[in-house]
Amino acid sequence: MSLTPEQVRQVAHLARLKLADDEMERMRLQLSSILDHIELLQAVDVTDVPITAQVTDLTNVTRVDAVTSSLPVDAALANAPDRQGDYFRVKAVFEE
Amino acid sequence: MKYTATIGLEVHAQILTKSKMFSGCNAAYASAPANSCIDEVSIGLPGTLPVVNQEAIRKAALLGLALNCEIPEYCEFSRKSYTYPDLPKAWQITMYDKPICINGELEITLGNGETKRVGITRAHLEEDTGMLQHGDETHSLVDYNRSGVPLLEIVSEPDMTTPEEARLYAIKLRQILVFLGVNSGNLEEGALRVDANVSIRPEGQKELGTKVEIKNMNSFRNLERALVYELERQEKIAREGGTIVQETRGWDDAAGITLSQRSKEHAHDYRYFPEPDLPPLELSREWVAERRAELPELPDAKFARYISEFGLSKQDAALLSGERETADYFETIVATAGASNAKPVANWITGELFRLIKDGEETLAEVAKRVTPANLTSLIEVVAKGEIGSTVAKQVFEEMYRSGEAPTEIINAKGLRQISDSSVLSQAARDAIAANPKVVADYKSGKLPAIKFLVGQVMRATKGQANPQVVEEALKTELDALN
Repeated sequence: MSLTPEQVRQVAHLARLKLADDEMERMRLQLSSILDHIELLQAVDVTDVPITAQVTDLTNVTRVDAVTSSLPVDAALANAPDRQGDYFRVKAVFEE
Repeated sequence: MKYTATIGLEVHAQILTKSKMFSGCNAAYASAPANSCIDEVSIGLPGTLPVVNQEAIRKAALLGLALNCEIPEYCEFSRKSYTYPDLPKAWQITMYDKPICINGELEITLGNGETKRVGITRAHLEEDTGMLQHGDETHSLVDYNRSGVPLLEIVSEPDMTTPEEARLYAIKLRQILVFLGVNSGNLEEGALRVDANVSIRPEGQKELGTKVEIKNMNSFRNLERALVYELERQEKIAREGGTIVQETRGWDDAAGITLSQRSKEHAHDYRYFPEPDLPPLELSREWVAERRAELPELPDAKFARYISEFGLSKQDAALLSGERETADYFETIVATAGASNAKPVANWITGELFRLIKDGEETLAEVAKRVTPANLTSLIEVVAKGEIGSTVAKQVFEEMYRSGEAPTEIINAKGLRQISDSSVLSQAARDAIAANPKVVADYKSGKLPAIKFLVGQVMRATKGQANPQVVEEALKTELDALN
């Protein structure tokens, strides 16, 4: 399966990756070959296999509604790229 | 050309739980300092694992059952991807194609008394986002206190055709949410948020018009105002031959208009997929039956029963059935006073009690410790026996409201019992007659209503402790004896 440059651009945008033109082409080829590899799975007959999103066989893993401790604000902000007071400071979101 | 409006509502209701949707982090963030109600899960640190809050599941199911929804046996969380700083993981955990509630309905009563059913497409659980504040021109500030608070999104069918219907639907939904203890009902704090999808089409046309989403309405009044404005805007465009654009518009309360908001993500591409960190939920039929058994009698059913069983007026029935606390209080008192006394119980609660609560600073729960079932029942009985009149009864009620003392004690201590000694009343009648010769002359000359003045004089002389009808009889006897 051969991806178009436009498809690669779209995936890069969704992943918030900025790719140079040569990277774009390299990614296009690599992603296409990954998809080709995955396409091999299309040959498997799955008629009788139920659709699943889980492989653990677990269900209903829940917890009681009880409050545990909060993270101290300084610990939470320790690895933040930037802070202002007790807030995370981030680049303003510019509408497209 | 006439147009038909199509309106559907999406209501986001924060579920009242102690902890957040997927971790034990404190969910009571409303008045907390910035980033003080956060933990590793709610700020999306790598390597954290969400675990479902079972109370949020229980409350979501309760709401669903109250709206006559089906609760599917299998329900699953999904990831909804979008990159925005209020979502620390860059995705929101929500329910996509396997929500917890589907195919319900809500009945609303319109202004003209007719009822209308509004379909409920679905209700699903998700996590609330953090909150962004304006920092400076280039930066925003993020507070993740709200991030991860359990949120129930309730989606209606596009069954409403007027802004009034939309407002009534939202009010009714809020009433049920609050009645069940699922949500606080606080629109101003954003604990309950209403978005509307609205479109118009020429009358008679089947195909729906282009849908516009409206946000930012923080009251039911503004919901109605925004829809009225938006429908006018769309009709104007249609009449002028323009094209209605599919977009999200925000309600500007001060200006009274809706404004186009450019969307967060240019082209929404949420790339939903089943949440790999959360095993699915299997909701057994037994579990659902238990939830159904937990459902309290809802406001509509109470309203109907208060009228049919207790003979209350529609107005009193509405006042007493709308809120859980009031309804429980009313029913507790009726349990003691007896169903035959339900009407006076309702009158006392909706009259004097509500008036005093409104003027004071206490809640019903606090006041109820003093205006107990025994106290109010006793007051109703004393009035029924004719031991005190209605004016004195109000005085006794207020005293009981303030002190919590039993009505009989108040009556005895203050000597408020109605004067039933006929010699005392006859004397008071003779005194009033002697003091008001002109009024007596009027009465004698045929102006019979003049006796009301004399009744007033006797009531004053007996400090309201006489029965006005008995006083009038006594006065008539005395006046007839005069020649």
